[in-house]
Amino acid sequence: MPVDIDIAKVARLARLALDDEELERYRQQCEVVLEHAARVQALPTDGVPPTSHPLPRTNAFRDDVVTECLDREEVLSQAPERDGDYFLVPRILDEA
Amino acid sequence: MMAYEPVIGIETHVELTTASKMFCGCPVDFGAPPNTNVCPVCLGLPGALPVVNGTAVEYAMTIGLALNCDIAAHSVFARKNYFYPDMPKNYQISQFDEPLCVDGHLDIDTGDGPVPVGITRVHMEEDTGKSTHIGEGGRIHAATHSLIDFNRAGVPLMEIVSEPDIRSAEQARAFVTELREVVLRLGVSDAKLEEGSMRFDGNISLRPEGTEAFGTKVEIKNMNSIRSLQRALNHEIERQTALLEAGEAVVQETRHWNEETGTTSGMRSKEESFDYRYFPEPDLVPVAVDDEWRERVTARLPELPAQAYGRYLDMGLDGPVAAVISRDVEYGSVFEAAVAAGGTPQMVANWLTGEVTALLRRTESTLAESAINGTALAELSSMVADGTLSASAAKDVLAGVAAGEGTPDEVAASRDLIQVSDSAALEPIVDEVLAANAEAVEKLRAGDGKVVGFLIGQVMRATGGKADPGAVSEIIRSRAG
Amino acid sequence: MSDLADLTLAEASRGLRAREFTSVELLEAVHRRAAMTEANLHAYLTLDRDGAARAAVAADSAFKAGTDLGPLQGVPVALKDNMVTRGLETTCSSKILSGYEPPYDGTAVSRLRDGGAVIMGKTNLDEFAMGSSTENSAYGPTRNPWDPDRVPGGSSGGSAAAVAAGSAMVAYGSDTGGSIRQPAAMCGIVGLKPTYGLVSRYGLIAFASSLDQIGPLTRRVEDAVAALEVVGGHDPADSTSYPGPVPDYRSGLESGVSGLRVGVVTELNGEGIEPAVQEAVDRTIARLEAAGATIVPVSLPSLEYALSAYYLIAPAECSANLARFDGVRYGLRRLGENVEEMMSNTRAEGFGPEVTRRILLGTYALSAGYYDAFYGQAQRVRTLIIRDFQAAYEQADVLVSPTSPTTAFPVGERTADPLSMYLSDVCTIPSNMSGDPAISVPVGLDGAGLPIGFQVMAPALGEPVMVRVAAEVERLAGFDARARFASSEVQ
Repeated sequence: MPVDIDIAKVARLARLALDDEELERYRQQCEVVLEHAARVQALPTDGVPPTSHPLPRTNAFRDDVVTECLDREEVLSQAPERDGDYFLVPRILDEA
Repeated sequence: MMAYEPVIGIETHVELTTASKMFCGCPVDFGAPPNTNVCPVCLGLPGALPVVNGTAVEYAMTIGLALNCDIAAHSVFARKNYFYPDMPKNYQISQFDEPLCVDGHLDIDTGDGPVPVGITRVHMEEDTGKSTHIGEGGRIHAATHSLIDFNRAGVPLMEIVSEPDIRSAEQARAFVTELREVVLRLGVSDAKLEEGSMRFDGNISLRPEGTEAFGTKVEIKNMNSIRSLQRALNHEIERQTALLEAGEAVVQETRHWNEETGTTSGMRSKEESFDYRYFPEPDLVPVAVDDEWRERVTARLPELPAQAYGRYLDMGLDGPVAAVISRDVEYGSVFEAAVAAGGTPQMVANWLTGEVTALLRRTESTLAESAINGTALAELSSMVADGTLSASAAKDVLAGVAAGEGTPDEVAASRDLIQVSDSAALEPIVDEVLAANAEAVEKLRAGDGKVVGFLIGQVMRATGGKADPGAVSEIIRSRAG
Repeated sequence: MSDLADLTLAEASRGLRAREFTSVELLEAVHRRAAMTEANLHAYLTLDRDGAARAAVAADSAFKAGTDLGPLQGVPVALKDNMVTRGLETTCSSKILSGYEPPYDGTAVSRLRDGGAVIMGKTNLDEFAMGSSTENSAYGPTRNPWDPDRVPGGSSGGSAAAVAAGSAMVAYGSDTGGSIRQPAAMCGIVGLKPTYGLVSRYGLIAFASSLDQIGPLTRRVEDAVAALEVVGGHDPADSTSYPGPVPDYRSGLESGVSGLRVGVVTELNGEGIEPAVQEAVDRTIARLEAAGATIVPVSLPSLEYALSAYYLIAPAECSANLARFDGVRYGLRRLGENVEEMMSNTRAEGFGPEVTRRILLGTYALSAGYYDAFYGQAQRVRTLIIRDFQAAYEQADVLVSPTSPTTAFPVGERTADPLSMYLSDVCTIPSNMSGDPAISVPVGLDGAGLPIGFQVMAPALGEPVMVRVAAEVERLAGFDARARFASSEVQ
């Protein structure tokens, strides 16, 4: 099954700043892999439920108990950029 | 000109007041110093894994049950994928196609009878961190950079989605007010709008009155009070009406409410930002609720406003009075305590909705802030009933109680407001008054009943208003007879 | 065996308890070996000499005090660099995590520390464990100790090379589609992927959450069992962790295979397998039969689609798992005019080509309009694979196949062709899809003197029968990699 990927859109969704040449290369490679992967569509799966977890289990809960937090300095020491007690990022264009 | 009917649905987010976060043990604690309530899980550090807070699931079930929802026997968490700098993993763990609670309703009443508003779903998710925009007055578009605090990231968040059953901004106001009362009554959230622990988005479209098909809907965000929700919806109704009347199309989009200008404006977003690529969260296992668990939670549900309303009517309260007390948690608890302390329900209720409300409005305070409690109110109303206090003295006593001066008894004593109805104490005063007003006494004896009021007034003046007018009247009549 | 670096774990454990040598001496021997081999092999990204020395001294004091912390006490252990270690750089072989020092230990790491293990350092891997050759490392490839012109397999190639070369006595890796077993096979050692959920994933930097499992790489099957015992068992910090008791793996190690049914998987033998590899596998099967096992051919028709389904599920999960690497809280940041640009520049610069490719694939497979045809269908195929395995385990106690269709291939041979690289995981991926355990045991060499791995698979929590068969395979093969490395030929 031929696959046609809007690679620029996919790269934007994935927050990957790729140039045109890179996009074209990835498009070709992804299409080869996806054409192979698309073979799954040949298998009839009517009425077959999907598997998200290899071992079925339910209700893994924790008690509502407060546990120790990390030391702020240890956390912020890994930040690429900080301002005082905050992580600093460049301006945000859109609301979430 | 064609008349349009608004079709409104509301999405409400409520932060739960669990001790710890949704998926980790960090405290849920508004106002902690920035980036202190964080751990590998809620910071999205590499390798960290979420574990569901069982109490948060119970709280969510509680909300669902209170909103008459079905509790799903099997529900799952999913990843909602989008990039945002204050969302640590760049996906939000949220329920998607298999939420915990579905298909409920909440009844509202705006004066023309109860209206059921359908609840599509109630699902669990996690909150994000908080960004502060720096530069140009903190407005996002003019900011130079932003500072991020992840304390709120991972706080348990419930999303309550209504059906598009709401037909006016007034109904929307009633819906969120009622919903807030339910949540408060359940004790699962502090639902503080100003702190963002309760927030809502609105979906609104218009259609020609009498038609069924939905128009193009617009989502409105950024309303941080019930009043701004109502204003935003009214503005949007006007804006869409104007468009439709001008023959223009409403664009399906998300619009941002601006509190200062009182208008909405379209938000910049690219089309693919809505492609959330949901898929089942592989780090979490499904939630299974069996009958036993559901019944255990149901049994613990507190009484809800609608149920309290019915019970208050049975106790003999008038509809409007019962409505006020049943819908306000503080009023309800003071009322219940007053009745438990021996107060007559109607009397206590009338005090609450009358004098107490007027006093709170004058002093710009709330019932919780005042020192008024159930015992005090029961005492006060019985002091009026048995004649210990006059109606006007009782208002003064109430003010004293509210200000923390003591119990009604203590306030009445210290302000010297106890009504005198003891005839032994009143007789000498009445006799003095009668002696000083011989002319009036003559008229009375001649059958002119109108002078009784005058004479009572004289006694009241002589007693500084403390005399029981009924008792005084009786003594005067007996002396004249 | 004159060099302590060549001991098996069991031998080292016995020697330490008999006070024949100390943990400090053992560590010195292993460090000497690393000094000899590292320049050519590049198995390690980070050698934590100070931390290891402290741990060895502590292990010796514990021995002196009569404290027994378990089979890894005082033993030099290497960790794949996707296992989070507090204060010790953890990069996943990615530029995006260059210099990252985690503020916490993962559960398996904590259990190793509690068990007195001497953590030598962090081993090289394919970036974020995505690859089958350890060539996709931002810090340069690892070479195969048997032939430095060849790859060690991957993605746990650093761990496999270290154990094979004697620069670690035991190593841990992670296995998402064969990343423990395939490099173990290519380096002539034992690699064990436990049942999904048996070892906590807390602190394992996720590639594909529903497939990832931590497991040991060792010289002997019994060593793999001991190394699994230390890190295995329920962890409340991992919701997918198996909550039941850990089975007793050890008791069956000497029991042989008499009376066991060994299923030979039609779809994983024969076609597409290098003749020398298939011959070695067939020889092993014949030996098992001679040793009393019943050999039964079994067919799992859906396995034909396992690789395809895997290359939808794994990239989809990875596209979300790797979204957190955005330049905000840790790791690399590249500048941008706004936050979206900053993130996009950081990620484009920080991720290598294979990781980028899989993120793109996964993003596409999950996106609107394609989810059902790709990701959804792959999950349904996964169900069919699990059903096929369940049916097969009705007929056989264990299933066997080659671990890898080929022996170690030359460096650079497959880097330009992703699909050919992916095909080297065709025999190992099915067990990840089903969540079942599998182990690779070395059974001999091909004509070029390169090791061949034999895979034994078992149903979920079937580790006891799996290692019982694996131990017998090991005995029957009589393969001992140390014969190769005890000499000075080590490069």
